[in-house]
Amino acid sequence: MQLTLEFGGGLELLCDSEKIHKVNVDLPNGVEELTMKDLLSWVRTNVIKERPEMFIKGDTVRPGVLVLVNDCDWELSGQLETTIEDKDVIVFISTLHGG
Amino acid sequence: MILGQSNLLKSSVLVIGAGGLGSPALLYLAACGVGRLGIIDHDVVELNNMHRQVRDLRKFSSGSSFFFLAHSLVREMNKRYYLMLIVFFFFSFFFILQVIHTEAFIGHPKVKSAATACRSINSTIKIDEYVEALRTSNALEILSQYDIIVDATDNPPSRYMISDCCVLLGKPLVSGAALGMEGQLTVYNHKGGPCYRCLFPTPPPTTACQRCSDSGVLGVVPGAIGCLQALETIKLASMVGEPLSERMLLFDALSARIRIVKIRGRSAQCTVCGDNSSFNKQQFKDFDYEEFTQFPLSAGPLNLLPEESRISSKEFKEILQKKERHVLLDVRPSHHYKIVSFPDSLNIPFANLEARLNELTSALKEKEDGHVNSGSCANPSLYVVCRRGNDSQRAVQYLRDSGFSSAKDIIGGLEAWAADVNPNFPSY
Repeated sequence: MQLTLEFGGGLELLCDSEKIHKVNVDLPNGVEELTMKDLLSWVRTNVIKERPEMFIKGDTVRPGVLVLVNDCDWELSGQLETTIEDKDVIVFISTLHGG
Repeated sequence: MILGQSNLLKSSVLVIGAGGLGSPALLYLAACGVGRLGIIDHDVVELNNMHRQVRDLRKFSSGSSFFFLAHSLVREMNKRYYLMLIVFFFFSFFFILQVIHTEAFIGHPKVKSAATACRSINSTIKIDEYVEALRTSNALEILSQYDIIVDATDNPPSRYMISDCCVLLGKPLVSGAALGMEGQLTVYNHKGGPCYRCLFPTPPPTTACQRCSDSGVLGVVPGAIGCLQALETIKLASMVGEPLSERMLLFDALSARIRIVKIRGRSAQCTVCGDNSSFNKQQFKDFDYEEFTQFPLSAGPLNLLPEESRISSKEFKEILQKKERHVLLDVRPSHHYKIVSFPDSLNIPFANLEARLNELTSALKEKEDGHVNSGSCANPSLYVVCRRGNDSQRAVQYLRDSGFSSAKDIIGGLEAWAADVNPNFPSY
């Protein structure tokens, strides 16, 4: 399925400084729907180029990263269990502290 | 609208931090007629580092235009860094000085400078000045005197501390942040909305926390976010419109995009504002926010290492003069390294150190082999430098734990070198 992944707040530095990635993700064999959990491990393998620990901690994103599925906090849609559909836009954004 | 203006006049707002975010927020809040405005900041106005860079570069090549110098310095960098540097040089310091702090106030507290600017815009409002750092010891007393709190600080411990304090006192918090070319804005703890900890229960790793003063920011970006903080504050104070609660505004200046996203509501499990939270004022006063976030509240120098693991810049000068065999590891980000560096130094940014330790091992080995050929037997020493001497300490701590037992940091980094050894060394 076609997805748009966006990285911001400095996370883009982990993937060649590209903020927007149009990707094609195939469902794992025998799986009918893609969850955020699957997508995270796909992103970790296919998109993140350096310092993966700045993106993933354990089986989820590291503290300080907001995940938005179609402009909505993934906490509201089931976090790791959120199901992803074709054409979805997933944003990973690191919180900023500067001023 | 008249009711709104009247509400505004009766309201009181505390702006915490009078820097990039606080400056524009304060000016608009003063101009719009908030009844009482509190300003707290412990810092003094200084011509910041960008300005010094301009002066020092001119010394290096008088007659050339600054733009040409900046251009030649960065010609080998990619476009993004090029833009960031131009941004660095031209805007960062000009913005902050022009918006609220004037040159006449250099060396004076930012609070005095900001208060003077606010009074000159609107002499009818009452302004409270707090020339002090916000701490758990004074936060409850100060914040309790205001209706709305504006977080315009630049570090994680302050953000957690201010949010927790707002929860305890039941105050809405207008929170803005900016770094590089991006900004974020939301309203916390407003009518059942989330607090900062609902969103970020666990502090991020320190490597993910950067200050504008270290990483750079285009002054317009905190400027825009600061203006929007004033706007959200005015909406709350005058009770008009829909506050940006349970939503967050994300601003990406580089691609000229603003997106407003829906964020979670208050978390029932939140350790501070959750249903079963027992967090109280005494616990707040005793809470160590620097320990919690592993990040200092103010940008003072770190002191991580014992004396024997450190050398001064003057001692390093002697080492260079004696031609003592050593490896100098520079742990600044590579675009800093490209601005200026020591000859023969090895650049491995602190963030990549763990992954690139083999390069350091080979560099040391190379020096060692050279030494064997020259007939001497001492191992090469390892010195670590960064811009101000904080990351170099973190790096030395890590290196010593990883078996590089001779690693020492150069106290105060390149800034100390420029201040104490070579005043012609360009600082930025």
